[in-house]
Amino acid sequence: MKHANRLAVLAVALVLVAAACGSSSKSTTGGGSTSTKPTGQQTLGAGEGSVSILAWPGYAENGSNDPKIDWVKPFTAATGCKATVKYFGTSDEAFNLFKTGQYDVVSSSGDATLRMVADQDAAVINTSLLTNWNDLDPLLKVKPWNSVDGVVYGVPHGWGANLLMYNKNVVKPAPDSWGSVFDANSPYKGKITGYDSPIYIADGALYLMKTKPDLGIKDPYALDDTQFQAVVDLMKVQRPLIGEYWSDYLKEQDAFIKGSLVLGTTWQITTNGVQADKTAPPVAAIIPKEGSTAWSDSWMIDAKAKHPNCAYMWINWITKPDIQAQVAEYFGEAPANLKACTLTVDKNHCATYHAGDAAFYGQLSYWKTPTAKCLDGRTNVTCKDYAAWTAAWDTIKG
Amino acid sequence: MATTTIDPVNVRGGLRRRLSRVLYQHPRLRLALLLGGPIVWLLVAYVGSLVALLVTSLYHYQTDPTGLVPRLVTSPSTTNYQRVLDAGVYRTVAFRTIGAALSVTVIDLLIALPVAFYMAKIARPWARRALVVAVTMPLWAGYLVKGYAWRAMLDPAGGVLHEVFGHSPGFGLSGTVVTLSYLWLPYMIIPIYAGLERLPNSLLEASTDLGAKAGRTFARIVLPQLRPSIVAGSIFTFALTLGDFYMAQIVGGTTQFIGNIVYREFSANLPFAAAYATLPIVVMIVYLALARSSGALEEL
Amino acid sequence: MYMSRAARYVLATFTTLVLLVLYFPILYIARLSINKARSYAWPPQGFTLQWWRAASHATGPRDALFRSLETALLASAIALVLGTLASFALTRYRFFGHNAVSFIAVLPIALPGIVTGIALNSGYHRVGINLSLFTLVVAHATFCIVIVYNNVAARLRRLAPSLEEASADLGADIFQTFGYITFPLMRSALLAGGLLAFALSFDEIVVTTFTAGSGFETLPLWIFNNMFRPNNLPLVNVVATVVVVLSIIPVYLAQRLSDGALGASGR
Repeated sequence: MKHANRLAVLAVALVLVAAACGSSSKSTTGGGSTSTKPTGQQTLGAGEGSVSILAWPGYAENGSNDPKIDWVKPFTAATGCKATVKYFGTSDEAFNLFKTGQYDVVSSSGDATLRMVADQDAAVINTSLLTNWNDLDPLLKVKPWNSVDGVVYGVPHGWGANLLMYNKNVVKPAPDSWGSVFDANSPYKGKITGYDSPIYIADGALYLMKTKPDLGIKDPYALDDTQFQAVVDLMKVQRPLIGEYWSDYLKEQDAFIKGSLVLGTTWQITTNGVQADKTAPPVAAIIPKEGSTAWSDSWMIDAKAKHPNCAYMWINWITKPDIQAQVAEYFGEAPANLKACTLTVDKNHCATYHAGDAAFYGQLSYWKTPTAKCLDGRTNVTCKDYAAWTAAWDTIKG
Repeated sequence: MATTTIDPVNVRGGLRRRLSRVLYQHPRLRLALLLGGPIVWLLVAYVGSLVALLVTSLYHYQTDPTGLVPRLVTSPSTTNYQRVLDAGVYRTVAFRTIGAALSVTVIDLLIALPVAFYMAKIARPWARRALVVAVTMPLWAGYLVKGYAWRAMLDPAGGVLHEVFGHSPGFGLSGTVVTLSYLWLPYMIIPIYAGLERLPNSLLEASTDLGAKAGRTFARIVLPQLRPSIVAGSIFTFALTLGDFYMAQIVGGTTQFIGNIVYREFSANLPFAAAYATLPIVVMIVYLALARSSGALEEL
Repeated sequence: MYMSRAARYVLATFTTLVLLVLYFPILYIARLSINKARSYAWPPQGFTLQWWRAASHATGPRDALFRSLETALLASAIALVLGTLASFALTRYRFFGHNAVSFIAVLPIALPGIVTGIALNSGYHRVGINLSLFTLVVAHATFCIVIVYNNVAARLRRLAPSLEEASADLGADIFQTFGYITFPLMRSALLAGGLLAFALSFDEIVVTTFTAGSGFETLPLWIFNNMFRPNNLPLVNVVATVVVVLSIIPVYLAQRLSDGALGASGR
């Protein structure tokens, strides 16, 4: 009897739901490129009075936690666009939130940008409407992670490399290769760290690209079945060495200060944080001989933005030299607008973060969204897409 | 009590009286009015969403070699469930999570029983009140903040446990179980305390008078009476652990639970996340069905 | 009564120890809120009031606190109405589907938050509802219904029906009986249930993560977003301390008004 009753209720619910989904289920379509080159919005009209911003924590501060850290309220004062900000914690989250169409503008990392373009969520950007476009670092503009076939979808904001940090007291001799975090016999087992995201698989791919040429990896984000399997196997070798994965840099910073972690991938801001702590052991962060992966964030506008003018105004605001200097120092990254370099409080900021350093850029493989269509141009094979990378990450973590 | 038939604030008594009579004469109507709101709410907002989730779990993404993103296929298939069954990792993680949920439940039960017993049956009335407050207060301190406090305590390098006691379970599965046991303990103590408080002292005294020792009284009289309260508490500790993913991130080291995978896949592959999420749904429904026979659902 | 002095002593010691463990992390946070160093490292170093000063100027946590209060108040108000209605229906009537309804009422609290969260999130998306305060309140109210329901139902079951019958026999209509007899008798159960629902909603983060709208940062979300920012971590400690201190008010209320009834017990 009990069961019958429950079934009856479920049946009612099913009918209700079927009615609800039948009307509005939208299927995602693949392929975002078109034959004629789109140009995006033609003119910049008056502001719509408000703008909804989706951002990494630290990119759109409104002084609510520290009145001195505020570049959102001045933006509103200058443009009349009232800004609401939503933070996200991972690129995946950003992708899903942006998809809802509730946000006019997003700060998107390279591992999310192409997905947004392909999902037809991102608008083509008319660079002639951008007041700071010409000042932005040419090494970051119209790149594979913020444009498709020369069409601009993202405006560079700032970037950083994924460095190899080590505790100088413990890790001897000093490492010069990513091999140190993939060595099954590492004496630092249990005190090694990795980045807790599927995109971290690219670090393994980069290492194999340089050390196992037979695999023929040309781009750490374009891996066919055999290459991918080899990389996943390497990541599984690494797994028992890991004490903790990190996804928030504070967690890693704290662990390096206390010494529970001594070796692993990091961001410059984390290293700065450890070095600034008087109780911390000495640490160094390097680009190993294989080079490094890196992230570069770009601002993108929703294809159906309700406030496109304010969105453009926001991008113009956030790429201004003085604002770029503030954000870059607060967040700990290299600014995209090199004119910011003279305006930072710490005059060495740009040097520390290698802003505009072409030789440094050359060693980096920026995050891109892995897609089935190989990003290295191969057409005879299918590459593993981001969903496959995520599934593999489940397995690697075990 | 209630001898008055005069209603001082009654202005439209006639209409109300008539309405009252109609309601009085039609218990079915009364029931419909009572039940309508809650049932529509629960069905539309909740059961509807759950069913929608189950429907989503039958979709899947198909790799599209020409496009940049995979295509969503909405014709029903068991692809995702196949993957849950085929890849060993999802089974391992499921067993780990259920194991952790059971451990947390047992640990909390072992701690809660004596504490609740002391509170309900030994402490003086004023102390009893103070203790109830003392046990409830930590629930307000913020789940994440307490989690981070435990991170500071568990840290194998310089954490409180290591510095003061010379040993810490460190970051990992056992650290996570300890932290979760801490977080959910009040949810176990409160229902058991309530159950014990309802248990008449005379019953315990009778048992003593008949010659039973404390242990025997506890096992024969107290425990059976307490079963619904214990099961109610265990639903909290078990379900809360089963779905947790923040603590695995904060103190789990490399540990991942069902929730971590669902959270990750929710962004990358929603149909798969939905399929994997049916696992805790099934586990909890079985648990509830078992719990129901003990009458525990009324104790939550 | 029937326990040896030694046994009582052991139980008292054990309870004290458990309380110490329960409070140590909280006191530790309070201590860190006046710590010189920003990190969580043991032992704490020095004293400073700078974080408290900074927090007093910060509007972020204050706004978040008000949003959490707003959400929790709305959600527990809805839960009070729906939970009470459901408890009357389910304790006073037997009907087809009775068990199914009581089962479904329990589900939102018994199923893990992540399940409830992604279910509601994708449900909203399916029918095209944008996330907002509304969606968040709906989500919270849903899992709070059962809390109120159980508290009130427990009371109703213990309430002798003869009282209500007597009232009816004396000529009171349904509403008078409810107003003069039933409601006063279940008031404390309502309060206990409402407070518990409020507490649950106030600290909820998992379901909130999936159902809160853009820019609507509740206190737990604020804590989550700021815990990872070294500059704001000490603020988090201050805010957590303040919330614990403030929680004395509802806990005290619960004690006074419900006469010790916090769980299902009504006494």
